[in-house]
Amino acid sequence: MTTSIFSERKDQVHRKGEQPFQMACDRESLAGAVSQRACVFCGSRVVLYPIADALHLVHGPIGCASYTWDIRGALSSGPALHRLSFSTDLQEKDVIFGGEAKLYQALVELIDRYEPKAAFVYSTCIVGIIGDDLEAVCKRVAEEKGIPVIPVQSEGFKGNKRAGYNAACRAMFRLIGTGDISNISPLSLNILGDFNLAGEIWIIRNYFERMGLETVANITGDGRVDDIRRAHGAALNVVQCSGSTMDLAKMMKEEYGIPFIRVSYFGVEDMAESLYSVARVFEDKDPEIMNRTRALVKEELQELYPQLAKYRESLTGKKAAIYVGGAFKAFSLVKAFRLLGMQVVLVGSQTGTEEDYRELYEITDEGTIIVDDSNPLELSAFLQEKDVDIFVGGVKERPIAYKLGVGFCDHNHERKEALEGFIGMLNFAREVYSTVMSPVWRFVPRRELKKSRRAATESKFEPGIAACSSQA
Amino acid sequence: MLLRHTPKEIKQRKALTINPAKTCQPIGAMYAALGIHSCLPHSHGSQGCCAYHRSTLTRHYKEPVMAATSSFTEGASVFGGQANLVQAIDNIFTIYEPEVIAVHTTCLSETIGDDIPQIARKAEAEGKIPRGKYVIHVNTPSYVGTHVTGFSGMTKAMVDYFSKSNGKKLDQFNIIPGYVEPSDMEEIKRIAEVMGVRTVMFPDTSRVLNRPQTGKYDMFPKGGATVQALMSTGDSLATIALGRMASGAAARALDTKCKVPCEILDLPIGFKATDRFVDTLRKTAGINVPDSLSEERGQLMDIVTDMHQYFYGTKVALAGDPDQLISLTEFLVSIDMWPIHIVTGTVSKDFATRIREITKGVPHQVNVSTPGDMFLLHQWIKNDPVDLLIGNTYMKYIARDEDIPLVRFGFPILDRIGHSYFPTLGYRGGMRLLEKILDATLDRKDRDSPEESFELVM
Ligand code: SF4
Ligand code: SF4
Repeated sequence: MTTSIFSERKDQVHRKGEQPFQMACDRESLAGAVSQRACVFCGSRVVLYPIADALHLVHGPIGCASYTWDIRGALSSGPALHRLSFSTDLQEKDVIFGGEAKLYQALVELIDRYEPKAAFVYSTCIVGIIGDDLEAVCKRVAEEKGIPVIPVQSEGFKGNKRAGYNAACRAMFRLIGTGDISNISPLSLNILGDFNLAGEIWIIRNYFERMGLETVANITGDGRVDDIRRAHGAALNVVQCSGSTMDLAKMMKEEYGIPFIRVSYFGVEDMAESLYSVARVFEDKDPEIMNRTRALVKEELQELYPQLAKYRESLTGKKAAIYVGGAFKAFSLVKAFRLLGMQVVLVGSQTGTEEDYRELYEITDEGTIIVDDSNPLELSAFLQEKDVDIFVGGVKERPIAYKLGVGFCDHNHERKEALEGFIGMLNFAREVYSTVMSPVWRFVPRRELKKSRRAATESKFEPGIAACSSQA
Repeated sequence: MLLRHTPKEIKQRKALTINPAKTCQPIGAMYAALGIHSCLPHSHGSQGCCAYHRSTLTRHYKEPVMAATSSFTEGASVFGGQANLVQAIDNIFTIYEPEVIAVHTTCLSETIGDDIPQIARKAEAEGKIPRGKYVIHVNTPSYVGTHVTGFSGMTKAMVDYFSKSNGKKLDQFNIIPGYVEPSDMEEIKRIAEVMGVRTVMFPDTSRVLNRPQTGKYDMFPKGGATVQALMSTGDSLATIALGRMASGAAARALDTKCKVPCEILDLPIGFKATDRFVDTLRKTAGINVPDSLSEERGQLMDIVTDMHQYFYGTKVALAGDPDQLISLTEFLVSIDMWPIHIVTGTVSKDFATRIREITKGVPHQVNVSTPGDMFLLHQWIKNDPVDLLIGNTYMKYIARDEDIPLVRFGFPILDRIGHSYFPTLGYRGGMRLLEKILDATLDRKDRDSPEESFELVM
């Protein structure tokens, strides 16, 4: 079997060990490629939508709104306005004569009906073309209704998801600095870049609380407008995930002098290190914080390790492939798989930067394939070539893995279990185990083929396979 | 209480759609194009639309869904997407090697005003389209129409681009199945086969979006109408089009272009509509209905008679596409259920009239809206409650909030399986629908009955 790669894409794929590392990325996708990438609007929507007491109005034709109606399980402990789908549903006459009047009317109606704390108005491709003045309409409504009404410049064609993250950050930045910060503790922080999928932000907030830290704003999982308005009162920004909210942290540093650190809550090593690095920031204000943090980590690990051991035993030596949205997540995944005794043979992302890929190169093993902005043909060819046991990806990757008879774990919108925190590592191990070791793969033709081929060349015995699949 | 934000009081909305009962044209075009064998759908616009359409289809079918995109950037949005599309055509034929590229536009490329046929001609002149390969297209701006119109447009494009007549009639009939599941397409083919009628079906997504696990990933699975079959449709004896909105345009185009006479029928959901389909097939092909099919009908009848007491007066709220809703409403009314709230997001001229006609005998006020959204449907339900909901996955919000059982039917279904394997069309499909309806309503009865009237036998 040949691995097909567009010749133009040759430098977006790297095999570690073949030649010195070099990678082209941050490139626009090739026209005609079956790219797995999404658009600016998608990026903005994903970041802002978890703010549960804000109104999210999609200014555009119906599709853009339909497809983003509650697609990501960003949980809220209170209001759930974000889970409804509001659209100006532009029609032909709006495209010809402009959609400003309709937008104004829609906003007024919605604000009267729901009395939200703020409103975000997303522009889509077509709005960018017909040239509606979003800014002016939003300003007018804000004045009339007395709440912030914020345009999100998320026309899809203006780049990929990363540009959308930036637009979302700029939108939120307009809220920050407008709330009262008088009673915020000096030992305080904002959580950036966590969207509370499967309730993950609650786990993280709990850790910080046990360390004695006040969380001012969740940005944006289980987010609230009033918290974000006060976010500039926090002493530290803790930023997870490379792309989505880094820009906001940078803006807040510049404007308010709030330092930030990059963290990952995924995997044991990264989770512990994240807590320690937060503790180090506050050490001079609270000398005891490090001890509390150590105790916390110790307590969690004591509980976790014995439970991990049994998964590790079965998973050792299995092979994993990773293809995710942002590269930062991939780092943690590589380490987490290593903790489970597994080997990562393919790793890629939709929107990684050169720096990201270099870091991936550093932490992966010889022979690992590193890839930017891949497509299904490439991915499936790599999966087969490397004969992987599990593929970690998103919606569009799942059926490819299953068709090939490979286990799968959704590390994106469709995750059903919390994967962050120490408990998340256990959930992750369980999920990996349940798919990699599932007896269903015994019925899959690919494995049958492989088995018979191997049986012909080697001995008749397959103790590995027989032993693993019998226990669940 | 997810939809706690839905008030009971209904106010006129002017500029707003809340919780849509529709989606945009390109996804319908993409779905139809997947019903051509060895065809790669191509979205001429920015990446986002294509990613959304693929994700939604993937979630609905749990199958890989392939489609390429012109990947518009700012430049393309200002200067037009010609260069992108030409390059895309070249790249696609070089690397993915489909037989057909089916281009649909998006809101963006429509607003810019790209002329697809002209661009395709340019690509052809530059030698970017290999011999024996095809580029077809449909215009699908989403600020007009919905996913149903997109499907209809791409189906018609198959006729416009492929159907030919060389004057010699073939012993075959065209069937245009409508915007239905691959399982339904299979069922329609089976019925025709049982009746001994040779058919060409297009589009045909069976064995494309409900294919078996093979341990292999095929970019182009073996299902789908072949180019050869599509070309031959111009020489068929007649066309039977199912679903006026989704299939009518293609059937009429084929009549105009190749003089193939057509019958445009409702989707065969339930007795009456299936009877009409079978009868039309019988008459046009001049054959008798075989016993085995009559027996299937008899079995459906048997379920209805056995369980009719549970149907009577059950109030139902429906959301979906016009073609489906018309036949489904007719089916429900025919077994004495009361469909009382009906919305579709798709604007359809005769829809309300047809529904009114069908529900004439229902002894209850019937609300119909085209276009309407699920927000409105929810408000109606708050004002006049129902016993059962039928519609796509998004109805589960209403189901949960109002504590009403839901039968999933339509597009998209993101949280259950079955629709791609088990049909709801034809007599057997009717049996499946009734099974689902009875499961839902009787489970509810079991749950809610007080102890003294909780029954073992029902
Ligand atoms: S821009 Fe148009 S085609 Fe694209 S998703 Fe939105 S509505 Fe659909
Ligand atoms: S129209 Fe633009 S904003 Fe909407 S989904 Fe498509 S690419 Fe994204």
